[in-house]
Amino acid sequence: MTGQSSVGWVDIVVILAYLFATGYLGWLGYRGTRSAADFLVGGRSAHPIIMAVSYGATFISTAAIVGFGGVAGLFGMSLLWLTVLNIGVGILIAFIFLGEPTRRLGHHLGAHTFPELLGQRYQSRGIQIFAGALIFLFMPLYSAAVMTGGSIFAATQFGIDFEVALLIFALITAAYVIPGGIKAVMYTDTLQGFVMVFAMIFLLIFTYMSLGGVTEAHRTLTDMADMVPAPLAQMGHQGWTAMPAFGWGATTYDLWWTVITALVLGVGIGVLAQPQLVVRFMTVRSRRELDRAVPIGAVFILLMVGTPFVVGSLSNAWFAQNGPLLQGKVVEVIDAEKDRALVELMQKGESGTWTPIISPKTQAPARAPMIIGERTSAQDGDGATFELVAGRSIAATYTKGDADKIIPAFIMAAMPHWFGVIFFLALLAAAMSTMSSQFHTIGTAAGRDLYERIAEKGHQREPSILVMRLAIMIGLLIAVTISYTVRQEYVIARFTAIFFGLCAASFLPAYIGGLVSKRVTRAGALASMTVGMSVSLFWLAFIKAREASAIGLVQMVTDGKTSLLAEYPNWPSVDPIIIALPASLLTLILVSAVTRPPDQAHLRRCFPD
Amino acid sequence: MLGIDDPYVLMAYLGAISMAVIGIIYGLVRRNAARDEVTPEDRLWALDEKKVDDDV
Repeated sequence: MTGQSSVGWVDIVVILAYLFATGYLGWLGYRGTRSAADFLVGGRSAHPIIMAVSYGATFISTAAIVGFGGVAGLFGMSLLWLTVLNIGVGILIAFIFLGEPTRRLGHHLGAHTFPELLGQRYQSRGIQIFAGALIFLFMPLYSAAVMTGGSIFAATQFGIDFEVALLIFALITAAYVIPGGIKAVMYTDTLQGFVMVFAMIFLLIFTYMSLGGVTEAHRTLTDMADMVPAPLAQMGHQGWTAMPAFGWGATTYDLWWTVITALVLGVGIGVLAQPQLVVRFMTVRSRRELDRAVPIGAVFILLMVGTPFVVGSLSNAWFAQNGPLLQGKVVEVIDAEKDRALVELMQKGESGTWTPIISPKTQAPARAPMIIGERTSAQDGDGATFELVAGRSIAATYTKGDADKIIPAFIMAAMPHWFGVIFFLALLAAAMSTMSSQFHTIGTAAGRDLYERIAEKGHQREPSILVMRLAIMIGLLIAVTISYTVRQEYVIARFTAIFFGLCAASFLPAYIGGLVSKRVTRAGALASMTVGMSVSLFWLAFIKAREASAIGLVQMVTDGKTSLLAEYPNWPSVDPIIIALPASLLTLILVSAVTRPPDQAHLRRCFPD
Repeated sequence: MLGIDDPYVLMAYLGAISMAVIGIIYGLVRRNAARDEVTPEDRLWALDEKKVDDDV
């Protein structure tokens, strides 16, 4: 890390004031019109800004800002393709093509949750239970990603342990979601959205200004391509303003397949089938309200995901110019003219001699690319004289290779302290608005979609509030446990990508098919969901090396290999969505083609127009 | 252009901005194009939704 900070009393006062303001707004809203449903009941229209920012605040979380921003710090601006998809797919396609059909279908069928929408559309209790179970089981993974993002930032900013930060974050979340914050209080969401907007605009402008302007900042980063660490270069990293090398059949293309299939496509497409976002369309008053929300939503997402991806990448240039000085011994000259070298990092011992810093990952002396600023003579542990160099390096060097810490480390090192507190509030806002809808979805999945449907047996039951509350608490505990135990390379982005990809493969064909086609059958939808989920989980457990090796099953069946396809380059880097989504779509089409079409009376209810 | 040499990354950088601009234009053009009415069915749905919200 780049330095130490601490929690000052001013920080605490500012944070408490913000929490009280949020609570007060929530309470004010609680007394009157507060949720989208209230607006609809009252026959009034929520302002498009409120609708769009509230949707965006649910969409964007600490996972996007800290997790994916950090991945951009590691892999570079190729991640901006995810911003293109986030706006193009997550806003334009979702609002323009799916919003209105979803709203209408949900209202015709009286559906209130995403699993209920699918279940009612296909007249299948099994489909609703299936979808509810999948959400209940896997949504905590996404919540854990959000929680980890916030906790890492708090730990860095305030100089406290990650475990302490996680505990505080979990308590704040519990205080927010359990007593009633899980309601979609649109004004509170909107306040949180505005805090996020301010933080992102300031961050973007400050970063570009500190690097001499837009073009100059990009140019500096482009000129640093030779400083890409060797392990990343071997995967196909060609610089922070360049796409990874594209091709098939060699490990030098692995990074392209990781970035594009897992991070860009997995999350970019997966957003369409996010249960907590789909239900938002049903609370919208009309098509006109959806249309009016598009511009604000598009700009909001551009700021929320575009900024961290650009800033994450540019943090490399900032650290190379302004980062704390590092010392070491030249191992290999990268560019003699620009005085860049691969350096074995060293630290000064109590005896005044210099010893190598051991990397905790490799248990070997840590090496990093460096722009050398000073050269002096020094003595190593054996008393031999050597040339000690001092200089600055890329962002990942300062975070010991941990991508999740790049954004927190950059904010801490580059920005004024007061901004760190504001940014923390923005992250808290982003986390709370997302987690409130995540836990609401977990609660309704358990109570309404699982408990009620399983216990139903043909007669109507009242919703089980106790089950919902219990499910929210269980979900919270699982998320905290995952955050506490799993701390691996860019885990925030990976957890998010896994959940988004799983939702896309399992739900997307059945969801869109149910909206636009009268020919899709119950058997087709159920088969498609089963195939999508099964292929995704199989791929994660046995093929995709990073996830499979962490799960551990594949080592048991292959005597220690990390993938069933370990011998075939690139396959272990391909994301499940590339295989599972087409398989799920094909299954939907084929099974629907050979099974009996839905009855006409039901179709007339779904599509009366 | 803009200090980014790789055309695909430049395309993504400008593409993201373009998507937002398309969104703005769409919103302006369609501002009053669609109907804005709340049907009895919509209101019934919202009452049911509010009940679940209030219960939780």
